[in-house]
Amino acid sequence: MKKFFAQAYVWLLLLLLYAPLIFIAIFSFTQSKVMGNWAGFTFDVYKNFFTGNFQGSSALYAALLNTLLIAVVSALVATIMGTLAAISFYNLRGRKKNVLMFVNNIPMINPDIITGVSLFLLFVFLGISKGYLTVILAHISFCTPYVVLSVMPRLTQMNPNIYWAAMDLGATPGQALRKVLIPQLFPGMLSGFILAFTMSLDDFAVTFFTQGTIGLETLSTYIYNDARKNGLTLELRPLMTLIFAFVLIVLLVINLRSAKQARNNKK
Amino acid sequence: MANHIIDIQNLSKSFGGKKVLDNISFYVRQGEFVTLLGPSGCGKTTILRQIAGFISPDEGCILLDGNDIAQIPPYQRPLNTVFQRYALFPHLDVYDNIAFGLKLKKEPQEEIDKKVRKVLKLVSMSDYEDRDVESLSGGQQQRVAIARALVNQPKVLLLDEPLAALDLKMRKDMQIELKEMHEKLGITFIYVTHDQEEALTLSDTIVVLNEGKIQQIGTPADIYNEPQNSFVADFIGESNILNGRMICDRKVEFIGHEFNCVDEGFGDDVPVDVVIRPEDIYIMNQTEGAQFTAKVKSCTFKGVHYEMYVETENGFELQIQDYNAFAVGSTVGLVIKPQDIQVMKKERVCNTFDGTVVDDSHVCFLGEDFECRVPAGLQSGAEVKVQVPFDKIELLDYQEDGALAGEVHFLLYKGDHYHLEIKTDDDDRLWVDTNDIWDKGDLVGISIAADDIKVIA
Repeated sequence: MKKFFAQAYVWLLLLLLYAPLIFIAIFSFTQSKVMGNWAGFTFDVYKNFFTGNFQGSSALYAALLNTLLIAVVSALVATIMGTLAAISFYNLRGRKKNVLMFVNNIPMINPDIITGVSLFLLFVFLGISKGYLTVILAHISFCTPYVVLSVMPRLTQMNPNIYWAAMDLGATPGQALRKVLIPQLFPGMLSGFILAFTMSLDDFAVTFFTQGTIGLETLSTYIYNDARKNGLTLELRPLMTLIFAFVLIVLLVINLRSAKQARNNKK
Repeated sequence: MANHIIDIQNLSKSFGGKKVLDNISFYVRQGEFVTLLGPSGCGKTTILRQIAGFISPDEGCILLDGNDIAQIPPYQRPLNTVFQRYALFPHLDVYDNIAFGLKLKKEPQEEIDKKVRKVLKLVSMSDYEDRDVESLSGGQQQRVAIARALVNQPKVLLLDEPLAALDLKMRKDMQIELKEMHEKLGITFIYVTHDQEEALTLSDTIVVLNEGKIQQIGTPADIYNEPQNSFVADFIGESNILNGRMICDRKVEFIGHEFNCVDEGFGDDVPVDVVIRPEDIYIMNQTEGAQFTAKVKSCTFKGVHYEMYVETENGFELQIQDYNAFAVGSTVGLVIKPQDIQVMKKERVCNTFDGTVVDDSHVCFLGEDFECRVPAGLQSGAEVKVQVPFDKIELLDYQEDGALAGEVHFLLYKGDHYHLEIKTDDDDRLWVDTNDIWDKGDLVGISIAADDIKVIA
């Protein structure tokens, strides 16, 4: 009996967590404008989404492209900067290291809205006209701490002598970095990149304050405006369903791979 | 100088204001196996890292074949290192780990193949080329690490506690293999360890270090049989270290008896330290023919020998090793042969400090004012020498009870009392003889009675 309640609790929790997503997924297969009204099963919404046969399609495509572009660029830059920062933090000792790690962690806890407003004010103060540059700079600035945090454990687990071993065997500092340090840190860098990518992808507050008035929209700001003006375009439902499905598949692949690796290591 | 491959001259190094190496000088001959031996924190690894080029010295120089290598970066030095805990590259397999250096030198592929095979054979790991290094055992990883260094044909191989992470049996096997490799290849080895037995087994020459200073340089036999100070005697092997008095050449007195010895040149009636190895005391059941007698207090079987503690009739405790067991409580006769008595000059006979007179009843030394008898005629501010005998310093359980606070830094059992080195909070040192038992690292208060402080103008 006790077991039954424990299990029921878990399932209820999962249901609550996933209900909105499932809801959207189901209603992406019907033409009804109002969610909740079932107007018959159809793939038409998907068809329209892919063919661009709906109002505001070009704006949505542009927003989607901007989002991906900004996410890739800022995640790449954040990964490089964050990795180098992690290496230099790691080489510090004692108090200095703790202080810097603390400073690194503050932006992550800081509410996005404050980060957004302060970046907005900074760009105004510096006289940088807002657009791609400011959004990308803003995204880099809030993504980098996450990369530092995901690279750091790889560094602390690493035998510090392997860098010296590379030098000892004739590698210049640059070669030691490329041939030994980077391959060692790569898993951490990769998870840092993915983290930064997703952080950038779903950011709203910071983008909103740094996008300016040149008409640069990302997916999140586009949806926000669309929801206000048009009460959510129908074709956003398949888009959201597809993004969720994509994330689900990526996570499954990663988990299956690491489970397989764990099995191999046991052998 | 001709056959010195490495010459270390007046090397000093500080980290964060703390001196870790103090004026180190020694040399290494071509083809020699030299071991830097000392407790952890003695600076031995720092020396090795300076030779490898990972740290640059504050003062002094390192000569390789007579040329200063201070300006040469580590990746251009013809030296290779075997690191503590191997430091293999986890993302490369055995072959690529070993070929790492050769590939950087852009050697032709067939040449690399040949060299890697040869060195794998040398460390008896021939079939492991394609193995992931993390799937290897500690001993196998160690072999790969040695192969990775040797394949570059270094002029000198540096080994930083290479066997420390292995279990005892594996360590013994690897010691023999290392020794064989050294003889076969003719490469100079500089080996760092804190394991005195390993050092005695492997080395041609041992450099004993403590607290950044060289204590003694010599062959294993020299170091073991003729330690130059009580640190070396205590650190290398088991030993009885006793206070003694040189009566005249070839005659020394300790534990209340007079013994013949082979040492000369200390002068007459001079206090000395005497070292006797536990296996050098002959023990027998009858007392006739013995130089002195003692009662057996404990007897422990140690595998090959028995380890016994005996107490002489005048209260000195001695450690003895013998193949035969002697009953606890029985009276035994003991003999020490002249050549087994190692006499050492005393490093100090009394605590001596620099002080200044405060007023006619106080002197300031070790950063504190002490009440004492100040000789008439000394003005306040006058610089004086202060002497305090070892046994007149009282140690207290609580730091705040003493005039000074300190920490027990080093201790030596002298048969009937302990000789302690105390480091004060200001990093000054003083030495204390006591019957109480303290441990290394104990925090103590230090107090000195006014009558025991001798002030010398």
